[in-house]
Amino acid sequence: MIVDRRKLNWTERLYFPAILQGLAITWKHFKKSLFGKGIITMQYPEEKWDARLPEWYRGAPTLVKDEHGRERCVSCQLCEFICPPRAITIQPMEISEGDPWRKVEKEPRIFDIDMARCIYCGLCEEVCPEQAIFLRKDYSVIGLDRSQMVHHKEKLYEMGGVMTGLVFKWNEKK
Amino acid sequence: MDASNVISQFFSPAAWTFLKAVAGWFMSPIGFLVWTTLVKSAVLLGIVLGLVSYTVYAERRVSALIQDRLGPNRVGWQGLLQPVADALKLLLKENFTPKSANYFYFRLAPKLVMVPPILVLAVIPVGSSLFGVPITIASLNTGALYVLAISSISVYGIVLAGWSSNSKYPFLGGIRSSSQMISYELSLALSLVPVFMLIGSLNLDTIVHYQVEHGWLVFPFWPKGMTFSALWHPAEALNAFRAGLSLKHFLYWIPLFISFLLFLISMFAETNRLPFDLPEAEQELIGGYHTEYSSMGFALFFLGEYTAMIAGASAIITLFLGGWSLPLIPDGSHGWGWGIVNIVTFFAKVVALLLFFIWVRWTLPRFRFDQLMKLGWYFFFELAIVNIFLAAAVLTYIH
Amino acid sequence: MQLTLFWIFSLLMILFALGVVSLRSPISCALSLVGSFLALAALFVTLDAFFIGIIQVLVAAGAVMVLFLFIIMLLNLQAEERRPVKLSAMVGAGAIIFCFIKLLAEVIAASPLLSRPIPLLQETATNDIAMIGTTLFRSFNLPFQIIGVLLLVATVGVVLLSRRTLK
Repeated sequence: MIVDRRKLNWTERLYFPAILQGLAITWKHFKKSLFGKGIITMQYPEEKWDARLPEWYRGAPTLVKDEHGRERCVSCQLCEFICPPRAITIQPMEISEGDPWRKVEKEPRIFDIDMARCIYCGLCEEVCPEQAIFLRKDYSVIGLDRSQMVHHKEKLYEMGGVMTGLVFKWNEKK
Repeated sequence: MDASNVISQFFSPAAWTFLKAVAGWFMSPIGFLVWTTLVKSAVLLGIVLGLVSYTVYAERRVSALIQDRLGPNRVGWQGLLQPVADALKLLLKENFTPKSANYFYFRLAPKLVMVPPILVLAVIPVGSSLFGVPITIASLNTGALYVLAISSISVYGIVLAGWSSNSKYPFLGGIRSSSQMISYELSLALSLVPVFMLIGSLNLDTIVHYQVEHGWLVFPFWPKGMTFSALWHPAEALNAFRAGLSLKHFLYWIPLFISFLLFLISMFAETNRLPFDLPEAEQELIGGYHTEYSSMGFALFFLGEYTAMIAGASAIITLFLGGWSLPLIPDGSHGWGWGIVNIVTFFAKVVALLLFFIWVRWTLPRFRFDQLMKLGWYFFFELAIVNIFLAAAVLTYIH
Repeated sequence: MQLTLFWIFSLLMILFALGVVSLRSPISCALSLVGSFLALAALFVTLDAFFIGIIQVLVAAGAVMVLFLFIIMLLNLQAEERRPVKLSAMVGAGAIIFCFIKLLAEVIAASPLLSRPIPLLQETATNDIAMIGTTLFRSFNLPFQIIGVLLLVATVGVVLLSRRTLK
């Protein structure tokens, strides 16, 4: 592309008017900010994003239970497979005889998400056929060492809570 | 029985004679000169280093306010203890030397950047006099040239830092710095010639005293014979204003004002401030010559840079903005209170100019390197020379 | 006081000057030369010749040597390699140095200017800038102007030669 450069006239070539204009603009901002107006900084620990997070915000991934208190995850390991930084570790387990949800066949024995690795891409949520994993609005994941950055199954369910509806195939009578 | 006899009882006779000899030396001309100079240097150094750390703070706060942010406001009230926290952090970090660096020069460079700006302050009249002792540490006859000479030395630290780091970005920074400094020193020195021609002296004290009498060089229309009492007599004040507003004043104001602009802009280049901060250029050179430095090495560069800014501002104020003088305020010979007022005036001016430096930095974009060299050699250099001839013509016309 | 300072700074100057010829890395040599210039400036200052001392710093140390350093760094000159010392070369160099010093001593001894003591400066006439100015423009005006023209010609020549395209 050829940029069409206009010939500057002599006042423009002096640069001083433009410099003064620029100084006036920054002065205006300085004066406004000095009296606390127009400042967009959020004072983090006191003010938080929580109330203003958009609907589509992708926070930490969590696991959810359905309205019957059943773990939605069926340990298909698709999320483990698709996770780009390989943050998810799943160990499947057969659901024992006599369990009312025996027909589901599998549930996770171990479901770990290493939050030191997670990149919040949301691919696990998209790939999940059971809609068991959701990226919620938790953004402040803290730990004093690497082991504390791993979210285990209990923690994931605690963060995820209950999600009703969406998947009905396990509810119908045999 | 007088006081000295009372005190002498607490010492053995030998110790008492020794003490008296020491006191005698302190009051002898040479001894008096030595200890007053030491005291002055220590106090000035303390003030300037304190000012440096708060300039860094001001830079961060002002830049934040200009960009609609807040800046550091957590450590202490309104973040006023931030410099302390910064200094602690820098002191506690590891002082790292890259393996491929030339150790001796790598460690020498920060010191070479730090020392010259402090030396420059020695000739700056930061006040008139206090208890009859002049405040200027060294009143040199070549004061203005001394300022230029010493500030031209500080380029060595930057060049050496760039070279000894043995890394490409610092090297580019060092190269840029040396060519930039040489280009702008020319206009810096030449822009001062009209001032010397008008005043007839290179002594900074003389230059300030001239401005006390005739008005600041940047605006030499100071009413002649104006006093506090004249303010209440409109006729007298009007007369004084008329005396100040003559054709003569206006004529020599033109070259002086050009000098002022040239000196101010060249000073921006000399102290590596934006829009001339090519040696550092965070965005293209990742900090330039101090990229490889950490801990106190980096802190010394930072201190040196901001001390240079203060020294530069002091030079501009002394030469063009009236030094410690303020209209209607008498000098230190009228009592020590006025002496302190003069010192405070000087540092208030320094702070104002530093804020201006900061303001400009967060307003203007950076020059491209060829534009910078072109501006220095094709425009400022010529303008400075033409300005000398202009000043000569005006001075011949006036006399 | 003045004498002690003289010895300190002249010793420093000689040390730095030795550094210039004996150090291997070009950067060290150039910096030694800067140090030598600074010590020389200090010597001028101890003689109350503030102007010359400061001009020494401003021009020689502040501008010329920065350019030298700039060029050394741009060309990326490496440290000089050690060569075996030849006896004949050493003897020849020694003879030349001896002859030069002998000649210098003879000339100094024979000079009438240096045999009589030079009068001290008056205490009142220490404004050396004014003194240099009046001497230059009164007593040596013509040579001064000629040097000015020469420098101008040299500058114009340099500009002409260093242009990229010669037509």
